[in-house]
Amino acid sequence: MNSREKILSRVKQNQPEAKALPDIDHFHGNIETVIDRFRSVLVSIGGEVHMVNTMEEIQTIVGSKIPDKARVVNLTDVDFFFGEEISEQTNPHSLENVYLAILRSPLGVAENGAIWLTAKDTRVRALPFICEHLAVILSKEKIVPTLHEAYDILEISDHDYGVFIAGPSKTADIEQSLVLGAHGSKSMTVFIM
Amino acid sequence: MTKTKDHPSLSEEFNRDEARVDWHDKTLWWIRQKRDKAAHTLPEWEQLREAASQIKNNVLGNLSGYLIAFEERAKANGAVVHWARDAQEHNEIVLSVLKQHDVKQIVKSKSMLTEECHLNEFLHHKGIDVIDTDLGERIVQLANEPPSHIVLPCIHKKKEEIGELFHQHLGTPEGNADPQFLTEAARLHLREKFLTREAAITGVNFAVAETGEFVVCTNEGNADMGADLADVHIACMGIEKIIPQRKHLSIFLRLLARSATGQPITTYSSHFKRPRPGQQLHIVLVDNGRTQQLGRDDFRNSLKCIRCGACMNTCPVYRRSGGHSYHTAIAGPIGSILAPNLNMREYADLPFASTLCGSCSNVCPVKIDIHDQLYKWRQVLVKEGYSPQTKTVGMKVMAKVLSNTALYQRAGKIGRWILRVIPGLVNNRFNPWFAQREMPESPKTSFRDWYTKNRKS
Repeated sequence: MNSREKILSRVKQNQPEAKALPDIDHFHGNIETVIDRFRSVLVSIGGEVHMVNTMEEIQTIVGSKIPDKARVVNLTDVDFFFGEEISEQTNPHSLENVYLAILRSPLGVAENGAIWLTAKDTRVRALPFICEHLAVILSKEKIVPTLHEAYDILEISDHDYGVFIAGPSKTADIEQSLVLGAHGSKSMTVFIM
Repeated sequence: MTKTKDHPSLSEEFNRDEARVDWHDKTLWWIRQKRDKAAHTLPEWEQLREAASQIKNNVLGNLSGYLIAFEERAKANGAVVHWARDAQEHNEIVLSVLKQHDVKQIVKSKSMLTEECHLNEFLHHKGIDVIDTDLGERIVQLANEPPSHIVLPCIHKKKEEIGELFHQHLGTPEGNADPQFLTEAARLHLREKFLTREAAITGVNFAVAETGEFVVCTNEGNADMGADLADVHIACMGIEKIIPQRKHLSIFLRLLARSATGQPITTYSSHFKRPRPGQQLHIVLVDNGRTQQLGRDDFRNSLKCIRCGACMNTCPVYRRSGGHSYHTAIAGPIGSILAPNLNMREYADLPFASTLCGSCSNVCPVKIDIHDQLYKWRQVLVKEGYSPQTKTVGMKVMAKVLSNTALYQRAGKIGRWILRVIPGLVNNRFNPWFAQREMPESPKTSFRDWYTKNRKS
């Protein structure tokens, strides 16, 4: 017997009597307050939130933060005055000098301030991690109360890769002092439209 | 092999620096309080714990089927799936994958399983350079120490010590111990590693049988910085990490970070399903004693653990004795019920490193009966003959005295006389009871004598 068979046969021999799965479909949150909740939670974990009505507003806010000659990746399909596109074929290592990445998220979660991104949204998986600053556009209709509603939507998703991102990367490993900007982006800004 | 020091003697070393113990204690209690705050914001918290516990019960009873389903889907997704019976086989598999790709330098994000298997040591001896990329893990790696906590690996270190380590190894200015500055220095140091290493190892928080994907949770983003830049991604997981369906992630992700640090969710919850085009994805499924624990009626619940660390943060013994006193990869209450399964002789002391107060069981997000299991391990260990010699002899003498009335009365008389007349005979370093306690003042008479006398008068 190889290791696979040995392990599986021992599991089978030792596993207890099977018990039914609990029903978890009754878990859900309050849809009324999702925008306020998303906003206050994301701010509490170090994110920045702007309520906007037009792309021009986003252009003004983001544009004012970009230093001269800084590299920006724009995957929003909006023709901002800044930013370049990248493709699925872009070498992730070539993104190490990206100052800001701006892209769209198809889903936000109010209870934890997380946005969902798949490899389709980022083209290159490393992008939202390797950039210094991350900006995300999220439609207010796409914010759900809790992870339960989020996974109801994701149930049929056939992503190669997907990630919930909630705020800037952080660490408190040195004496529990919170520092924003560990290995991933140092800031995260969400524009709710 | 010489036996390593046990929990009492290692905690004694930790307790020499009282100020540090107080600080350690307070810091962890503060994290416990953050956990409480986060839990109390959700009225459905207890229902979530119950659901998580029931899902894990279902997993334990169907584990063989779920493992086969997971393997099948993961393979269809393009991953290569390996099976390892023990730590040695796990390490060999990782090495063979690295050799196959001619990789000599790798980055690794946090994985308690690889700590359990002593992978770093093994690879080091085989000439492979491993860089731990979680900041806390990198710090203990530079200090040549194991992590002392599963979520907060260097919680035992003061910032000045970290500043000194960085000064020696990363060339930061001497005497600079500012957390912001040191974190930035580590970011730059590790970014170079992320960009140059061809293989990345990550742990696995949850693996979904239904889809063949697995989820890795970090706050720093180091798992993705490794896996999303490297040509080869090796994910190492214990076989108990399986959950049935993707929707069950909602339950576990709601509980995990809130229980661990009081955050509503970790910054990153990455779902790896298929390798990137041109990338190789390997998944190593590891037993290393888990099937044995699965067969122990009283202890199999320990396999429900999602490694949040809440039981450590709340434990009065852990907080005051430090993670290294447990001399095993996973410290604290949960580690003390996992370790004896692997080696009763080596870890016989750990189930005794508890007050059995039950706080661990109360905060556990998957409702493991941790303190009951600690109590049950004590019974097993004594029956198997692994209890400490001094305790065994003491218990035997005690049993004899308590079962014989005349002997009991005589012993009481002698005891009271000694405490009164020559207290030095018990108040000395040969009496382990005296080590942390004052011996009581001796009463003049026993209750029996007092009762007999007063009833008559």
